[in-house]
Amino acid sequence: MTIRIENLSVTFDGFRALSSASISVDKGESFGLVGESGSGKSTLLRAVAGLAPVSGGTIEVNGEMLSGNRRSRAFRRAVQMVFQDPYASLHPRQTVDRQLLEPLAIHGIGDSDKRILKALDEVGLGPSFRFRYPHQLSGGQRQRVAIARALIVEPEILLLDEPTSALDASVQAEVLNLLEEVRSRHGLTYVMVSHDLGVVTHMCSRLAVMKSGEIVETLSSVDLAGSRMVSDYTRRLMVASKGFTREAV
Amino acid sequence: MMPLLTVRNLSVTYPTRTGLVEAVRGISFDLGRERLGIVGESGSGKSQTGRAIMGLTPPPGIVKADALSFSGIDLLKAGPATWRDMRGSRMAMILQDPKFSLNPVMTIGRQITETLRHHENVTKREAQRRALDMLEAVQIADPERVFGLYPHEVSGGMGQRAMIAMMLVCGPELLIADEPTSALDVTVQLEVLGILDRLVRDKGMGLVFISHDLRLVSSFCDRVLVMYAGRIVEELATADLGSATHPYTRGLLDCTPKIGESRHPLPVLERQKEWAA
Repeated sequence: MTIRIENLSVTFDGFRALSSASISVDKGESFGLVGESGSGKSTLLRAVAGLAPVSGGTIEVNGEMLSGNRRSRAFRRAVQMVFQDPYASLHPRQTVDRQLLEPLAIHGIGDSDKRILKALDEVGLGPSFRFRYPHQLSGGQRQRVAIARALIVEPEILLLDEPTSALDASVQAEVLNLLEEVRSRHGLTYVMVSHDLGVVTHMCSRLAVMKSGEIVETLSSVDLAGSRMVSDYTRRLMVASKGFTREAV
Repeated sequence: MMPLLTVRNLSVTYPTRTGLVEAVRGISFDLGRERLGIVGESGSGKSQTGRAIMGLTPPPGIVKADALSFSGIDLLKAGPATWRDMRGSRMAMILQDPKFSLNPVMTIGRQITETLRHHENVTKREAQRRALDMLEAVQIADPERVFGLYPHEVSGGMGQRAMIAMMLVCGPELLIADEPTSALDVTVQLEVLGILDRLVRDKGMGLVFISHDLRLVSSFCDRVLVMYAGRIVEELATADLGSATHPYTRGLLDCTPKIGESRHPLPVLERQKEWAA
């Protein structure tokens, strides 16, 4: 078991964003979190990364019990995060080269020249992109840079927070393909948040459906596609994601 | 029958330091009392088309057309006073995110009555009654309470309903909806679309529905225009969506992952230079 979360709660100033959520993710698995805005799916992901005020419960990653928001150096290298909006998550005044250098410098990894070129190559960007600024890149290219930045420290787990929802459909397909390819090449474990059931079932083998801070149900993508769900809420979500029909309303 | 809206060879250009940027490059279509979808990716010119029809192209943008008319009125020659009379009463527009398109310092009720009092000669009491009716028509359970709320006090779905109420309160003949549900959750999206669907049908309006989501548009509209790089590359009745011929339309349909389908890797859209020609 790579990630084991038990009865995790997160409270922001008295507001319970997450209440006793439990999930477990195997090594090499791709796990999805779906739900509407405010359901706590991003909060759960951020709690793992140490970016949310945890008020109860336990998080165990790679056999290491995490307490509070303190994370070991090994954890910070093994777990990397990719955020939703590539327009906001890259530094606007740093070149791609500089942004990729930063994690290497933090972790004291040498041989930066070769690693940067390799990371760019891995996400399908040529060496010509190395000295560009974010404003000179398209949305899809920026998200590729964000993925390269996560991959450059050779992590084992990627936390993906809506990695394609700011992108056009055709660009989304390219980024999803890239993420799958990278995962199979390096044997990575993914935890992916999305509001799009189609994307999650495409990328993940199992998923948890969340609503107002709680996990409604955990099921496999195959069961979801076959409409073998237990809760009404999951069924409603499924109907809604199939698009508008006069009957559905 | 004369169409409600006629667009002939419409182009929108923006002068920039590096030359003219052509956002819309010569598109033509007619709209009757029907639902027309305009679909395309970011930068395809779909929103610029909607804005040009409403006369809302921001300076220094230049709108040119051989003809642009709305129920017999030549929009190319319309002055500010004509525009003021028409917008809000005969043609209306719903924007993407109610967080940015509602006035944050006015209550929802006041924003709706303002539209009414500007365009029609009604008493305060009458305006209030009609605003409440309209809030009820967009399925707001407690219209009296919502009437007195500020936009930050309501959810996204509620805000978008208030926006629809405001736009439809004068009974416009033409409604332009620019990504009206993209900022909303899927289940809320469905409710808002249901409301829009019913109102457009009951009032017999012409609707231009602009979206990046081809499947959503096709489930909602009668006819779809697919735009790419400022041009219409394909026009389809939604029933014929399955037999779309343009490779761009086909690519758009194919590249989204769907529940219960296993396609690894996903087909990727290969853009051809000649599509933009």
